[in-house]
Amino acid sequence: MVNEVNTEPQNRKQMPKTSYSRPMIGSTGKTGSWRIFDPVIDYGNCSKCRTCWLFCPEAAISIDEDETPHIDLDYCKGCGICAEECPKKCIAMVRSGETKEAPV
Amino acid sequence: MKTELMSANYAAAHAIVSARVGVVAAYPITPATTIPEQIALLSEDGIYKGEFIRVESEHSAMFACIGASSTGVRAFTATSSNGLLLMHEALHWAAAARLPIVLVNINRSVSPSWNIHVTHDDSYSQRDTGWLQFYSASVDELYHTIIQSFKLAEDERVLMPVMVNADGFVLSHTLSTFDYLEPEEVDKFLPPYNPPHWVMDPSNPVSHGNIVFPEYYQEFRYAMHEAELNAYKVYQEVERDYKRLFGKYFGGPIDCYKCGDADVLFTSLGTVGSEAKDAIDQLRAEGYKVGNARIRMYRPFPVARVRELAKRAKAFACFDRGLSYGFGGPSVNDLRASLYATEYRPLVKSYLGGFGGRDITVTDIKEIILDTHKAMEKGDLGPEETWHDLR
Repeated sequence: MVNEVNTEPQNRKQMPKTSYSRPMIGSTGKTGSWRIFDPVIDYGNCSKCRTCWLFCPEAAISIDEDETPHIDLDYCKGCGICAEECPKKCIAMVRSGETKEAPV
Repeated sequence: MKTELMSANYAAAHAIVSARVGVVAAYPITPATTIPEQIALLSEDGIYKGEFIRVESEHSAMFACIGASSTGVRAFTATSSNGLLLMHEALHWAAAARLPIVLVNINRSVSPSWNIHVTHDDSYSQRDTGWLQFYSASVDELYHTIIQSFKLAEDERVLMPVMVNADGFVLSHTLSTFDYLEPEEVDKFLPPYNPPHWVMDPSNPVSHGNIVFPEYYQEFRYAMHEAELNAYKVYQEVERDYKRLFGKYFGGPIDCYKCGDADVLFTSLGTVGSEAKDAIDQLRAEGYKVGNARIRMYRPFPVARVRELAKRAKAFACFDRGLSYGFGGPSVNDLRASLYATEYRPLVKSYLGGFGGRDITVTDIKEIILDTHKAMEKGDLGPEETWHDLR
């Protein structure tokens, strides 16, 4: 997104003088497509401590009503920080295409 | 307006008061040091009413100006030589963010060898950052060009940062009279800066500097080029208004002295162009039809004006006090390139000299002009490039 109204200009007359945008989810598209390894949470061992949620640099982890973490694979870039920081070591990094996020 | 006696650096500091600058962020480096030093004193005395930020480097100075300007405040810094080079990344950023920051660069040689005197290599090497560049030849011109630069930079058709250059020591530390304008007088010319585009405001947040992929990046760069080209015309409007209000005029993008009927034109940037007037007077007295075309605006390069001059002049003696290693004088190459698409084919001879502050006197300038005059009479260019006074 290059302009205040978060639209895609058709020509340069519609463009601002420099690029800027309003805060929004995914202003540069679905950056999850950059991922090589997927984080896979073993919910059986997860203690719901929120460490992964706290450390995720992309804010791609959300916590649901019963405090279970969920990773938004549309925006997770697969950096592996959550897996590294998880005190229970219950997040595995698995090559993309070889798995899907385990069902809750 | 009142007449004051000050060095160019002190006059530059007073221009900040006149222009009601909101933020100055600067780091000391000889010979620019006395600019922030004087601004700090003016701040302490309550005469300069904006913020003065003491930063840890020139890189931080420019980024502090970028932050300040992003909030819609008028921002200024001053530096020299290696300090300007340390800003390099930030200079590109300021231009592409379209922030109307004004910077005074006191031209100083780049090390090694360590040398605090004038060479134009520091500012020449920032030529392609998008900053507009002016070179001044007197204390009065530096002071008023700073005020004009804010008006030019903040014009919606331009919105680009401006670098105003002055020769180290030759100008920076030389005392001369100049006409000082009170802020209340400048108000008639320079209204408060009102950003016509994005503003950094925590209560209305936007992301700036975000990723732009190949679909749009090129158009932003085109817009910068267009803005820079606009500046050539806008500056002439700025000068016209300034002259009407204050009676001050410094000659436009190229300050011409006795160019009208001249066969040979001497071009240069900075103080040499002021010294050259005496050389022209002496040569005229000896019967030579010569003139002085001092390049004040280096970016955008005044192509149209160069072409007007080349329509009549038979030869140019172009003096550069700086160098593009392996290709020669930057301003002479720009002048040659300006003429290639035209039918005008004056002899263009390049002269390099005055490096590291080596003095360029009236005698030196006369020698250079006469060398070109001789080539013109013979109808033979001779050497394209001559290093003046090379041991």
